[in-house]
Amino acid sequence: MTWGVENASVVFGARTPLDNVTLRAAPSTVSIVVGGDGAGKSTLLRALVGLVRLNSGVCRRPAKKDIGYVPATAGLYVDLTVDENVAFSAAAYGLRGPELAKRSAALLERIGLSGARGRLVGHLSGGMRRKLAVGMALLHRPTMLVLDEPTTGVDPVSRAELWRLITGAAAGGSAVVVATTYVDEAHRASRVVLLEQGRSIATGAPADIVAAVPGALGVVASGEKPSETSWRWGSTWRVWAPTRDLPAGAEPLQPDFEDAVMIAALADERRLAVDDAAR
Amino acid sequence: MRAMIVKEFRQLKRDRRTVALLIVLPVLLLVVFGYAARFDVSRVTTVVVGPQAPAVAGALPAPFDVVEIDASGDRSLAASRIQDGTAVVGFVTGGAQIEALMDGTQLFAVQAAESSLARLAQQTRAAGAARPSVAVHILYNPNLTTAWIMIPGLNGLILLFIGTLITSLGIVRERQTGTIEQLAVMPFRPWDVIFGKIIPYLLLAALDLVAIVVIGMVLFGVPFVGNVATFAVGALLFLLVTLGMGVLVSTVSQNQGQAIQLAIMFVVPQILLSGLIFPVSSMASGVQWIAYVLPLKYFIDISRGVMLKATPLAALWAPLVVLAAMAVIVLGLAVLRFRRDLAPSVRRNDAAEPRSPRAAA
Repeated sequence: MTWGVENASVVFGARTPLDNVTLRAAPSTVSIVVGGDGAGKSTLLRALVGLVRLNSGVCRRPAKKDIGYVPATAGLYVDLTVDENVAFSAAAYGLRGPELAKRSAALLERIGLSGARGRLVGHLSGGMRRKLAVGMALLHRPTMLVLDEPTTGVDPVSRAELWRLITGAAAGGSAVVVATTYVDEAHRASRVVLLEQGRSIATGAPADIVAAVPGALGVVASGEKPSETSWRWGSTWRVWAPTRDLPAGAEPLQPDFEDAVMIAALADERRLAVDDAAR
Repeated sequence: MRAMIVKEFRQLKRDRRTVALLIVLPVLLLVVFGYAARFDVSRVTTVVVGPQAPAVAGALPAPFDVVEIDASGDRSLAASRIQDGTAVVGFVTGGAQIEALMDGTQLFAVQAAESSLARLAQQTRAAGAARPSVAVHILYNPNLTTAWIMIPGLNGLILLFIGTLITSLGIVRERQTGTIEQLAVMPFRPWDVIFGKIIPYLLLAALDLVAIVVIGMVLFGVPFVGNVATFAVGALLFLLVTLGMGVLVSTVSQNQGQAIQLAIMFVVPQILLSGLIFPVSSMASGVQWIAYVLPLKYFIDISRGVMLKATPLAALWAPLVVLAAMAVIVLGLAVLRFRRDLAPSVRRNDAAEPRSPRAAA
């Protein structure tokens, strides 16, 4: 069964942190929600797991016992040891006895914390904590795994290890939803939702999003900013021409996923400007 | 430095609770304290029994406030009225001299009664009139030992501290660290989380209470003459109220600092106005009603009554019923508010699968 939200909106007073967003999470796939700070990623994930009420739209989620969730704060008890955290989480999902011992040993081995079972979580590094949190969310083999920025602030090695855990969960049949601010992580997804100010500005497989880039992209070696729709890329400028007429001196370039994200954001800005002008 | 001062005021402006704690609470406490902080007792509830009861009752000056006159009553009637808290002083007439039984658990009332009797004797001597002498017998706390009166009340204060402050800090810590979100997503029922969270504090407070009572008895010689079960029921009801207050405080606090501020606002008035230090009867009527909405007042009535006077359950029904009602209201409100944090998603747009069977807590 495919989980997710359809045309979901969440309104907090005068703010609309989620505006008509659709996210589908199929079994054995990784869906990634990409967006900057305040884009609505956490609200979307919290709505998906039932922590936030939808003002409109529909949410499909499995029963609580089949959900694995890691909030942005990791949700660990820093004053408990690794083993005590695992035991608490396992008990919540009804895991006990030899089955718990087996799964717990395998998990800690896999995330490299076998030697730290008696350590207080508060004494672990940020990367270790994240791995433990994700590992604990996997312990009961959830149907849907929801992770809110699991790799933020984590060193590259730990990040790679975390992604091994995440893709391993998808390979095991879970529908995985990951929120991230790192655009480069999106290529790991079978489906991406790009959020901007609570709105979905691009949705689909990464390759489809790249293929659907409107207009033309070019590169300008150096000099002044060539247009309003250009951005720095090392010592060069990337230029997006919505009407495909690139400025003089710009070399046409095949966009990659990061370019597609930038162009989607710029296109959204232009769309909003046109809407404002029309009002 | 100017920038620092401006910044500090801007932060204070947005931190309404701190401003309340800094400005409103001291003003409020000063006003309330001014009217409540009185040791002079203007009304001493009195029962007069025996053949000369009507005559003696008529001759009693202030602060004696005669609430019962029974010419056919005897010493045991007067003593039972004192035991159940109906009267602080009981005059027994009909003997060679009038006997005044006084409730030693009401320190300031007894002092007021004794000084009034002394004044009366002095006036009688000055007038040269012949009046029967009065033999004073102080019951339950014959030496008027302050510790005997304070320790049963302090039991309540400690339960209040654990129930309100420690519980609220424990719950707010879950919110601050984000683990409360994790709990809300786990297959716990809201009741599992709420009671799983407060039961350890309840047990801890019960253990603390036993330790304090025993220490009070060993170190200060405080008697425990009443029924342990009655005391335990009163303590349990009071503890449920304080735990409810702790949960309520936690539901409106985003961090532990806020929880401490709010808990202080809950705890301080109870210390000052519950009768722990100042007798409720000596407070100005304008603030006296506050004492009657404070749970500590009722627990102190039970604690002092059971520990010092062996007051029977039948005579303590009023404070027990009030505490039970408070427990239902406060804990009910607290649970409803806390539940909102744990189960916000039940609504028509959810197409979630049916609830899972209850997971083991």
